[in-house]
Amino acid sequence: MTQLALVIDLNVCVGCHACVTSCKEWNTSGQAGPLSDFDPYGADPTGTFFNRVQTFEVGEFPNTETVHFPKSCLHCEEPPCVPVCPTGASYKRAEDGIVLVDYDKCIGCKYCSWACPYGAREIDEKQKVMKKCTLCVDRIYDTALAERDRKPACVLACPTSARLFGDVHDPESEVSVAIREGGGYPLMPEWGTQPANHYLPRRKTKLRIHEDELVRADNPLKVDGKLPKPAKAEPSLDDVTSW
Amino acid sequence: MSVSTPSVQEVKKTTCYMCACRCGIRVHLVDGQVRYIDGNPDHPLNQGVICAKGSSGIMKQYSPARLTRPLLRKPGSERGAGEFEPISWEQAFSILSERLAKIRATDPKKFALFTGRDQMQALTGLFARQFGTPNYAAHGGFCSVNMAAGMIYTIGGSFWEFGGPDLDRAKLFVMIGTAEDHHSNPLKIAISKFKRDGGRFVSINPVRTGYSAIADEWVPIRPGTDGALLLAIIHEIIAQGLYDRDFLVRYTNAGQLVNLDEKSDEFGMFLRTEVPEEEGCFDPQNKLWWDRATNKPVITHTEGCDPFLLGEFRLADGTPVKPSFQLLQERVKDYTPEWAEGLTGIPAETIKRLAYEMGVTARDHQIELPIAWTDSWGKEHDTVTGNPVAFHAMRGLAAHSNGFHSIRALAILMSLLGTIDRPGGFRHKAPFPRPIPPCAKTPNTPLAVQPNHPLDGMALGWPAEPDDLFVDEDGKPVRIDKAFSWEYPLSVHGLMHNVITNAWRGDPYRIDTLLIFMANMAWNSTMNTVEVRKMLNDKDEQGEYKIPFIAVCDAFQSEMTAFADLVLPDTTYLERHDVMSMLDRPISEFDGPVDSVRIPVLAPTGECKPFQEVLIELGARLKLPVFVRKDGTRKYRDYPDFITNYETEPGSGIGFLAGWRGKGGEKFMRGEPNPRQWEMYAANNCVYHHVLPRSYQYMRNWNKGYLEWSQRSRITRYAEPILIHLYSEVLQKFRLAAQGKGITRKPPEHLKQRIETYFDPLPFYFDPLEVQATDTHKYPLAAVTQRPMAMYHSWDSQNAWLRQIHAHNYLFINARTARLAGIADDDWIWVESQWGRVRCMARHSEAVEPGTVWTWNAIGKAAGAWNLTPDANESKLGFLLNHVISEELPEGEGRISNSDPVTGQAAWYDVRVRISKVSPGETAPGLQTSSPQFEPLQPYPGQEERKSLWNFFAGGRK
Repeated sequence: MTQLALVIDLNVCVGCHACVTSCKEWNTSGQAGPLSDFDPYGADPTGTFFNRVQTFEVGEFPNTETVHFPKSCLHCEEPPCVPVCPTGASYKRAEDGIVLVDYDKCIGCKYCSWACPYGAREIDEKQKVMKKCTLCVDRIYDTALAERDRKPACVLACPTSARLFGDVHDPESEVSVAIREGGGYPLMPEWGTQPANHYLPRRKTKLRIHEDELVRADNPLKVDGKLPKPAKAEPSLDDVTSW
Repeated sequence: MSVSTPSVQEVKKTTCYMCACRCGIRVHLVDGQVRYIDGNPDHPLNQGVICAKGSSGIMKQYSPARLTRPLLRKPGSERGAGEFEPISWEQAFSILSERLAKIRATDPKKFALFTGRDQMQALTGLFARQFGTPNYAAHGGFCSVNMAAGMIYTIGGSFWEFGGPDLDRAKLFVMIGTAEDHHSNPLKIAISKFKRDGGRFVSINPVRTGYSAIADEWVPIRPGTDGALLLAIIHEIIAQGLYDRDFLVRYTNAGQLVNLDEKSDEFGMFLRTEVPEEEGCFDPQNKLWWDRATNKPVITHTEGCDPFLLGEFRLADGTPVKPSFQLLQERVKDYTPEWAEGLTGIPAETIKRLAYEMGVTARDHQIELPIAWTDSWGKEHDTVTGNPVAFHAMRGLAAHSNGFHSIRALAILMSLLGTIDRPGGFRHKAPFPRPIPPCAKTPNTPLAVQPNHPLDGMALGWPAEPDDLFVDEDGKPVRIDKAFSWEYPLSVHGLMHNVITNAWRGDPYRIDTLLIFMANMAWNSTMNTVEVRKMLNDKDEQGEYKIPFIAVCDAFQSEMTAFADLVLPDTTYLERHDVMSMLDRPISEFDGPVDSVRIPVLAPTGECKPFQEVLIELGARLKLPVFVRKDGTRKYRDYPDFITNYETEPGSGIGFLAGWRGKGGEKFMRGEPNPRQWEMYAANNCVYHHVLPRSYQYMRNWNKGYLEWSQRSRITRYAEPILIHLYSEVLQKFRLAAQGKGITRKPPEHLKQRIETYFDPLPFYFDPLEVQATDTHKYPLAAVTQRPMAMYHSWDSQNAWLRQIHAHNYLFINARTARLAGIADDDWIWVESQWGRVRCMARHSEAVEPGTVWTWNAIGKAAGAWNLTPDANESKLGFLLNHVISEELPEGEGRISNSDPVTGQAAWYDVRVRISKVSPGETAPGLQTSSPQFEPLQPYPGQEERKSLWNFFAGGRK
């Protein structure tokens, strides 16, 4: 069974928000749209976004890590938002594992957002229905689009290619390889939700300088006579002993 | 869920302009409305990706901040109040052309044209020159001119448009003083690939955000001390013998002998064998080495000779000489890591380790590519080699008054490591490298400014010696911003940040009309904002404005437009033609020249008119020679026609666009105008990319094939090798003049010491000028700003989506520093410098070094500006740090720009502040706002109403 998902590489995410606005842009005029914006030019503007980047600091100066953390619906294999929905509006597709909301059935009761431990769902205050990431279901199967474009908007936009998209149930897929080889992990596995989306951790590249690399055969100071050989006339053992 | 997505009806390609990056985009339209903008996968720059700004272009297009009609300030209303009445374009053109014609016929310098974040300096510069005014520049002086000047005066190229780090081949990447911009998407693409390929990324920055967040190592540094760090690294690289001697010998002036006869007028200059027959802006190959084998002076690059880089020698006539590398070694002798630790806050051990990492990676991981090439001296090389250490730097180094020398130090470090235009290091982009300095010059006399005549020279140029300065007989500046004067001799991008203050004070003179394009000089692009706003509105004893007429062209209502007498509504990038020209700042790649265009995807909104069309129209009305035929009739129908047909000289074959030239589009770089050139760009993703042969892609400073190609293509006049200036004779020439030596012009008495001090032929460290003039016990903290990745300067607060990412800004303070000051998270605080104070909200951070506070630039807005509601977060909670930064510093009896004394680069990041909690009695609880506050602006006529709820759905069919 196919389970589509995103794998987000925190090792290269620079927190630029390209995924945030490309998502908003595609989806507000797409199948899941419009995504309302309240007070877009006033105090405390607030709108519906399917994907947000949170930035937080870890550790104390100077050992600080600044982490950019993009977050959207994780398309759980055991989505807690689905069984709590009283109308069946919240559902998980059998064919590809995408968790979706049927706006025609949604009554905006917010049970699902309370059930979601990841805070991934947002009520659209205008339409009064629950909205969330659809993995751009209206792009990824659209044969009118070129094949390279049949990916979620955020994946195509991401300037650092930090967002990988594919079937996490296919062990040979790019995302499965990335999870397997790159130490991919799900968020809060203890909740038993089995998020399909995974994150790849920060990795550090270090450089080890061996001491002898600084004692150089090619030291150019020698050429300019700044590391000279001792002059022949300088004292040596030959002057004082014959063994 | 049923699929109800409306079908996209049209996809048009053009070039983004949500920042200066200039990515290729595809604009998807539904019923004539923008539905979606994504990256063009066939574009060399962004390869299909797009950033947060680019994806929010829709919200810029449909923003209520758009200006849609020409506006005239209401009679009797004050500048700054933003009270206007709409007028027709014909009225606007009559007002402007009448006024400008009078100025041009009397004293053309009374017209000043200064432009902001534009990408059309080739046209605006041409217009100003044709008009005859010297008073023209773009925003470079307050942006990053130190980066351009420091690098170009050293290696003949610079970062960003003109060169960058080759991360494809680098193994160690050191980013210093770069936040998250310049070069935006290409750098993101490259850093990501670099990290995934196992490269090591070190970021040196007071703050850890953006790119620095994913660095393998963050090295926090105190602002303004980068020069100290770089000089200490140079010290270690030389002391450990980790420099690339072969590279230095052949490709730099390291081995050239410097005259050290203090009595000579030539003191500090290179010894020369003979005076060249032809004077030009290139290094004649007539300098001397001291040959190791024969122990005698020889002409540089003599076959079979190898010079001493260290030592001291005497010529036959007794002249004492040293190779310039010897002088560099002496210069950095005392710049030890231990010394730098005290200034930078970086442990000496870390500085040494960084030097070793750079040196060992450069020496032991050499790249060798099977590319044969021939150097300028005719020597054939079977391979191109490279040392895989790459750097990138930007405004963090540049925006300090000691930035020029810091950047010279960086360029010298890159050269010592042997990384210039080699794989894995720094690589040039056409039209660079250029001679050091480039050939373009300003006039050097006020006589170049004559009524009804074009300016006799360029308004901006690259001085090579004191005689190139644009000053009068008394050494006084000719330009309103005092660029190219003894105060800031190498101010190659002008000093836009001092134009208003100088014009208001009448120093060096009064002007009549100031035309500002796309720059927010009444807000975030000016220092000392409160006072500058007063100057814009100030009147003399007769009740006349001190700056009599101000015209502003912009697409958006802003703090600046409020101060205009005449507002000209510009189009957005989706509504216009544009060129990213080789004559300006093209989007070239390492492998060859690239230029590109914008082609309108939408009709102009309201009565908006592209600024280019305004210039072409004004040029025709004023009968500026380039824009009219011999009989005085208009020469170019419109801007696209101008681009197609304009040649730099009749028959030169050089125009704004390099691609598809020649009658049928068969030529490139040079060729006759092609009437179908725009169509050919349109059919080719709006971009022209000329990939050079592999043998021309590296070592271009000294690559015979490349330099001759460049000369044939008329990119450069000369094909002489461009030796790296470790030691700068250009700077020494100014110093000699200050010492009274030689036959060149001499600086006025009061500036002699300044010139002598700062025109040092080798980089040196000094405390930034403002720090020298500050009681640092009273004001202990450095305050800096950064640009967030999702915003481009002040441009994006009117963007409904982007402002939800950054609606207001905080002052970020190291948590320990904040706690010591009794400041908690979200407390209201005062930030005070010796120049002024602002009130804002504090945010603790562990990602900033303890001596620095910082905030996002240009988020804070004046109430009502950008057509936000007067209670919007940007004005009530957000703040502008500029209020505590001065545009001038005291200097002797008078005042001088708060800028680098060499280049005039605005020293934004030199300010020192103190912070304190706002005391409970100062404002009522719950009613706190940022300060200062200004009278709210009202919407202008022709502006769309602000929506309080927006359900944007393209095509409006759902």
